[in-house]
Amino acid sequence: MSVVPTSPMIERGTATSRIAAIAVAIVIALLAIAPQFLSAGAVDRMTALFIYVILAAMWNALAGFGGLVSVGQQVFFGLGAYFAIRLADAGLNPFLALFASGIIVGAVSWPLSLFMLRLKNGEFAIGMWVIAALTHLLVNLDRLVQGETGTSLISLNVYDASIRRVTIYWLALASMTALLAALFGLLRGSTGAAIRAIRDNEDAAASVGVRVTGTKRLLFVLAAFGIGIAGALWLATSITFQPKTYFNVQWTAYMIFMVLVGGIGTFEGAILGALVFFLIETWFGGAGVWYLIGLGATAVLFSLFLPRGLWGTIEERFGLRLLPVGYRVKLPANVADGGMIPSQQATTYQEKA
Amino acid sequence: MSNQIIQGILLGGYYALIACGLSFMFSVMRIINLAHGSLAVFAAYALWFLASRFHIPPFLGLLIVLPVMAAIGWALQRFLLERSARGGALLPILTTFGLAIVIDNMLFQQFGADTRSLAPFIGSLSYDSWEWPGSIYVGKLAVIMFATAVVLLGGLQLFLTRTRLGRSIRATSEDPDTAGLVGVDARRANAVAAAIAMVTVGLAGAFLGMRATFDPYAGAPQLLFAFEAAVIGGAGSLWGTLIGGIVLALAQTLGAQVHPQGFLIGGHAVFLVVLFVRLSASGFGLRWLLHLPSRSAP
Repeated sequence: MSVVPTSPMIERGTATSRIAAIAVAIVIALLAIAPQFLSAGAVDRMTALFIYVILAAMWNALAGFGGLVSVGQQVFFGLGAYFAIRLADAGLNPFLALFASGIIVGAVSWPLSLFMLRLKNGEFAIGMWVIAALTHLLVNLDRLVQGETGTSLISLNVYDASIRRVTIYWLALASMTALLAALFGLLRGSTGAAIRAIRDNEDAAASVGVRVTGTKRLLFVLAAFGIGIAGALWLATSITFQPKTYFNVQWTAYMIFMVLVGGIGTFEGAILGALVFFLIETWFGGAGVWYLIGLGATAVLFSLFLPRGLWGTIEERFGLRLLPVGYRVKLPANVADGGMIPSQQATTYQEKA
Repeated sequence: MSNQIIQGILLGGYYALIACGLSFMFSVMRIINLAHGSLAVFAAYALWFLASRFHIPPFLGLLIVLPVMAAIGWALQRFLLERSARGGALLPILTTFGLAIVIDNMLFQQFGADTRSLAPFIGSLSYDSWEWPGSIYVGKLAVIMFATAVVLLGGLQLFLTRTRLGRSIRATSEDPDTAGLVGVDARRANAVAAAIAMVTVGLAGAFLGMRATFDPYAGAPQLLFAFEAAVIGGAGSLWGTLIGGIVLALAQTLGAQVHPQGFLIGGHAVFLVVLFVRLSASGFGLRWLLHLPSRSAP
């Protein structure tokens, strides 16, 4: 998970899959050198985009693949930022603190999963929201945070502003690539079959011997870890930590929007959704309240009329007519760790929830 | 201390009021409506608008707002929930969450960020109190609120057990397909149930506005309170909701005694403790070992 593949392996498969893999490698390489050519503002925006992709992919891992819709994922976002503040305050290098924080968030989520995963559907969704609200209140009690006044990641200020900006950009890019690769590896590996089985029908999966709870726990912890990293990265870009901002349910609203629009339960959908959200925010973010109303309304409309999102619909349309086994090839072919069995992909990917 | 306990119990009446609609919809349609709190705040704003613009006192305003809420509930079920429920159990969560965002921000757009209250429109009722033996003062509004909750829960109970429509709603909640076989119109039963639930939400919104202040984003905490009270009391059980509301309110009152910020922490904590105890009692036994899917709803 810590390895950042800059030159992904090319997968076996169709010509399209090879093109896709090369394209992904080129895109990542281009993104890596992009700060040379971008303005400071653009670098910051791109960093935000990477964080959005992480959020969307992680929420999608939980909801789209694990069947666990959570309205409280902001708890991990807030904790990621909070632990980074705490670790940096204890003297850890601020950049290291970002990742150490993610690991702590992942560690915290494990005991939480023992408890929360026993809840079903809506109960899990709001139960997580209660956890987020309670954690927010408890973080407020910390003297260091000073209630809603908040605090800042002061130790980051020793770095020069431009160096800091580019470093955070690279860290965000690397985190995004690594997390996507880890998720991709998970979905293609032997766990992937179990994950897709749970996505399609949990009871049926359990009946054929899939370890439902263990698999869900894995996704829960991965999502917590990823969102924790995202929260810490967001803290690094904005420096200030106000609990109200980080533990805001709006973060989960964004995740839901991105995944619903992009295509719930598809790997590419979450990335597409993050991109769509990023563009909408860039163009309409200034519209204030109407922008938020638009986001909510779009989410409602997608859930009613296009519940499979943009990618799910594209995949269905073209997958059936043109490329019966084709669309898996759009997956970025980054390989973080070896030992995955690619052969399952072809048969399972076309089956949809 | 006994004063605080009595205040806490009476506050529980409010939580029971806001929880019973959520619990009712969950038990009939198996849907948790995430726009629940936002709709209560919407009702409070509607009453506030009628009172401040047209000088209609809130209790009279209910005659207008409650039918509107019923219509909203009916439409909500027919046009949103029915459709999204066909896509599985998870989709309604997303639909109603999106709806909550729309409602909250619409209210913000229309009424701005100022906090409002219905208290100025109900005269002395907002601060009048009765003195009980032992120099305990209980607010008249709090007593009315509690009584309303009891009457509403009792009325719902009677409606569900004694009337034809109520029985058809119960039949639908048990098994919509079989209910359809014996001539129950499940769509109608669900729409009626949603309308009833929204009427209770309207009432809860009215009391929210009268006993406290509200702002456009006050819906989320109300949803959490409703959910906590409903779960503590046992989701789907009407009288349990009242107990749940009282337990929640007492925990909050106790929390506020311990720490200035303990009010909300106490409520959330008792919810998690109850949940933990219930899950441990039911789950870590045989069911858990066999990996059977646990059914939390009774």
